[in-house]
Amino acid sequence: MSAMDEAAKTLQVDIWRGGAQGAFQSFTVPHEVSQTVLDVVTYVQRRLDPTLSYRFSCRVGMCGTCAMMVNGRPRWTCRTHVDRIADDGRIAIAPLRNFPVIKDLAVDMTAFFDKWRDAGARFQPRDGAADSFANVDPNSPARRAASDAIECIGCGICHAACDVVSWNPDYLGPAALNRVWTLVNDERDADPAAHLAPVAGDAGCHACHSQQGCAVHCPNSLSPTASIAGLKRQTLAALFRGQL
Amino acid sequence: MSGRLEVWLFAAQRLSAMILAPLVLLHLATMIYAVQDGLSAAEILGRTRGSVFWGGLYALFIAAASVHGAIGLRAVLREWTPLRGAGVVAMAFCVAILALGWRAVAAIT
Repeated sequence: MSAMDEAAKTLQVDIWRGGAQGAFQSFTVPHEVSQTVLDVVTYVQRRLDPTLSYRFSCRVGMCGTCAMMVNGRPRWTCRTHVDRIADDGRIAIAPLRNFPVIKDLAVDMTAFFDKWRDAGARFQPRDGAADSFANVDPNSPARRAASDAIECIGCGICHAACDVVSWNPDYLGPAALNRVWTLVNDERDADPAAHLAPVAGDAGCHACHSQQGCAVHCPNSLSPTASIAGLKRQTLAALFRGQL
Repeated sequence: MSGRLEVWLFAAQRLSAMILAPLVLLHLATMIYAVQDGLSAAEILGRTRGSVFWGGLYALFIAAASVHGAIGLRAVLREWTPLRGAGVVAMAFCVAILALGWRAVAAIT
């Protein structure tokens, strides 16, 4: 086997090691068919360096735990094929941007989910357990708006892609605001309009520049930008109605 | 309160943009038309002196631009600098543009 064939069968992988202060460490990993970035990280951890820390769970794009920066872009590593993103056989894998690094590729999601709480992104049911099921017309404008935003898996990729988050650490961020938009459009919610006040502040929906980094990188092809634009319109309407 | 301020600023930014868009186009078209016969102070003043239309148009232009620019400046200062009181700076910018701009409008009409 020639040196070139051998090179084609291996990947040069640079992986971030350490916390906020750290450095990339290089590994050579065998290149496989249909290999994902998560496969690469798992290979390194199991075969080359068991001290490598990273986080994953479902491996099929449902749980939203394995997001990392891959060649400078936030991606869900379990559904990202190496062949699609390797740059001349090289891959750089780093912890998610805009998140505090715990160690290596594992980031602290606490502040991220605290923002969901601060944004009031929690469903408050209108009906009690004794009430029958709510009949929601699947074709109503509100239900359609909610459907367009509902498939969020909470992976944090939009948060990592957002420049406003990097400039203003208090900004609630695309994921939390997108979730609030689904609740504003949920007729089963006890008070959909009450969800607007927490997102109307200076760290809320009006801080968004509609740059659409979130929409470009969302692995589920959602557009938090569109949801945030909806919140901007709804907060304005609420202001005129005297509900803000 | 903060939330209502942000929403008012959002509305003011959109409204001023809606005013600015046609006025900028009209301003550019007038400039292109005006330079056809050579650009001179006498030619400009001949058009604007005593004209309620041009005076009112540029007074509105300046009002919209001062509001629009100040809100944008506030966002830039808040995101890119550690400055506290970006709102005060932006408000001062708005007033300065208004004063200077309206003074200029008064001078040519």
